[in-house]
Amino acid sequence: MNSLKIENLQASIEDKAILHGLSLEIPKGEVHAIMGPNGSGKSTLAKVLSGHPSYKVDGGSATLDEENILGLEPDEISRLGLFLAFQYPMEVPGVTIANFIRAARNARLPEGEKVKAVDFYKELYEHMDDLGMDRKFTARSLNDGFSGGEKKRCEILQMSMLSPKYCILDETDSGLDIDALRVVSEGVNRMRNPDRGILVITHYQRLLEYIVPDYVHVMSEGKIVRTGGKELALELEERGYDWIKQEAVA
Amino acid sequence: MISPSQVEVDRDKGNFHYDTDYSFDAGIGLSEDVIRYISEVKEEDPWVLDFRLKALKTFEKKPMPTHWATEDLKNINFDVIRYYLAKGQKPSRTWDEVPDDVKNTFERLGIPEQERKFLAGVEAQFDSEAAYSRMNEELEKEGVIFVGSTEGLKEHPEIFRKWFGKVIPTSDNKFSALNSAVFSGGSFIYIPPGVKLAQPLQAYFRINAENFGQFERTLIIADEGSEVMYMEGCTAPKFETSTLHSAVVELVALKGAKIQYVTVQNWSNNVFNLVTKRALAEEEAEVRWIDCNIGSRLTMKYPGVILRGRKARGEVVSIALANDGQHQDTGAKMVHAADETSSNVVSKSISIGEGRSSYRGLVQMPGHLKGCKNNTECDALLINNNSQTDTYPAITVQGDANSVQHEASVSKVSAEQIFYMQQRGLGEAEAMSLCVNGFVNDLIREFPMEYSVELKRLIDLEMEGSVG
Ligand SMILES: Nc1ncnc2c1ncn2[C@@H]1O[C@H](COP(=O)(O)OP(=O)(O)OP(=O)(O)O)[C@@H](O)[C@H]1O
Ligand SMILES: [Mg+2]
Repeated sequence: MNSLKIENLQASIEDKAILHGLSLEIPKGEVHAIMGPNGSGKSTLAKVLSGHPSYKVDGGSATLDEENILGLEPDEISRLGLFLAFQYPMEVPGVTIANFIRAARNARLPEGEKVKAVDFYKELYEHMDDLGMDRKFTARSLNDGFSGGEKKRCEILQMSMLSPKYCILDETDSGLDIDALRVVSEGVNRMRNPDRGILVITHYQRLLEYIVPDYVHVMSEGKIVRTGGKELALELEERGYDWIKQEAVA
Repeated sequence: MISPSQVEVDRDKGNFHYDTDYSFDAGIGLSEDVIRYISEVKEEDPWVLDFRLKALKTFEKKPMPTHWATEDLKNINFDVIRYYLAKGQKPSRTWDEVPDDVKNTFERLGIPEQERKFLAGVEAQFDSEAAYSRMNEELEKEGVIFVGSTEGLKEHPEIFRKWFGKVIPTSDNKFSALNSAVFSGGSFIYIPPGVKLAQPLQAYFRINAENFGQFERTLIIADEGSEVMYMEGCTAPKFETSTLHSAVVELVALKGAKIQYVTVQNWSNNVFNLVTKRALAEEEAEVRWIDCNIGSRLTMKYPGVILRGRKARGEVVSIALANDGQHQDTGAKMVHAADETSSNVVSKSISIGEGRSSYRGLVQMPGHLKGCKNNTECDALLINNNSQTDTYPAITVQGDANSVQHEASVSKVSAEQIFYMQQRGLGEAEAMSLCVNGFVNDLIREFPMEYSVELKRLIDLEMEGSVG
């Protein structure tokens, strides 16, 4: 089946086990949300799937449209179609947004081929306009000195320019003001389509009013401990996580 | 002329051996005989031989500067180096006359193509001598001289002798003394008053032989109000044993003249590159050293400008890239010797893997001068945890009628930055290249367009080589 499929995934960092047999499947066309307490391993999951070199996979599998992604280089996984909008996007001084996205686009073309500059800028400006980003940003260094909200918009800009098959958004809503939250959510919603699966990691029910998920999962101590519809988010907002943790233990 | 058969047995011409590829070979090691051989082959005037022999004495007396410079200098074995290797002394005026192997070498390096596209004159040096040298005829008519050092000293002594060894005296350092003793090749350029060259002159220095030392000598004199851009490129094949490149470059910018000297060097890892470069700037003259150092085992190079006339300006713009097993020890020297002189130094270094880069700057501004300015910026970028950089600025400013600004920064490309970029689909090497290019981009723009393209490509290649 066409999906991002994770089965019994176990992973550790510096000999500390973080993911303890996590299973999750995100079929194309669906939006899933993960909520869970701080330190439960949400970002770890995102980074392990992206091939971060610091994490060790101890077991289980992860496939993207039935193709294994564990053990691949981060850039290979990216080109297979997985995009991660980072919780903390890195600043890269000296590399402009435009050059960076262009290089990323070129990396997806056959050897020797390049995107046409005119077409590229036209597309880039359209997406920037949609996200309410000043066009002057193209010449600024990637995330360098950006405000928290600007960084998050820039992540969504990259996501829309790279048209990934699967997107993981790690707390993209944190640090956004109310208007930015709406603009960014609209950006994500525009990308919702039958050929794309989206995983949204968030602490706030509010985001899920804008980006309405098909399923909500609760993650605790490196596992998915409960799955429900969008109403689960509301319940979590009211009751917190303790009751789920207790049920999970019981 | 000395024929190969004579060369083979003639022991008193130096301890040399015959090599089928070279018609002229001064043998292995350094001695008075070697110097006499070089001078004789070049049919030099007695004063030049004298100059060389005195320089040899100076060289022998001078200690290695290891009290401040790297100990690696001790690994240069002067006794195993070949000091002069040539196919012939007369450079050809057309590429067709250049021997095939030499011509092919330069063709592979793209020199004839560049010449057709954008150069006013080219000199292509193969080991000790230029194999090819030609300049735009128009310029010749205007009185521009662009020849090798041998020709320059022989045919235009009235112009070149006056300045030869004056900007950089033989005794400046051990390697300037060595160069003064055994120099061969390099460019002698004279630009008459008011002549402004629209296109650059270029020299290319190619080391071909193993265990060889290349000692070119360049002297550029820009007469009043003239302008010239000179570009030099250099490469050598990779040998197991070390190779020595030790040039002396003297520039003289007379009143109101402008000289830009652009270097793109891409030495292989076995080259000791110990070069002395200095300019003299008279009133309202301007000298810019634009320098990119890639490769070599050890580069020591601190281009300088002596600002001797009122309102003279000096600038050093340099990029150094130190990869595994390389040490780029570079910097700048600005000697303010007149009122209202200004100098600017912008240096960026990149250390990759175990590579090490050092910056040494010297700015002198005596207290009796007024209205002098210096600005120095040096930034270092480290690519791995074990890369190394150090800065040794020495700024001597006296009096308060002058202004000096100094800024330095060290930054690092982190694993998280690379991961971030890889997550967008860029390979590791490409990610690093982007960071490095981003870091030096503003300086690359200072290079002529044709060179900046080449530079970016070189940087990409270095990055590709640096990831497993
Ligand atoms: N380098 C490391 N060494 C040891 N432990 C680490 C390291 N990096 C992360 N961890 C631990 O892994 C656990 C999971 O972290 P992770 O960032 O995945 O949590 P999270 O669910 O995303 O939390 P948050 O909601 O705060 O973003 C945490 O306990 C964290 O301290
Ligand atoms: Mg997190």
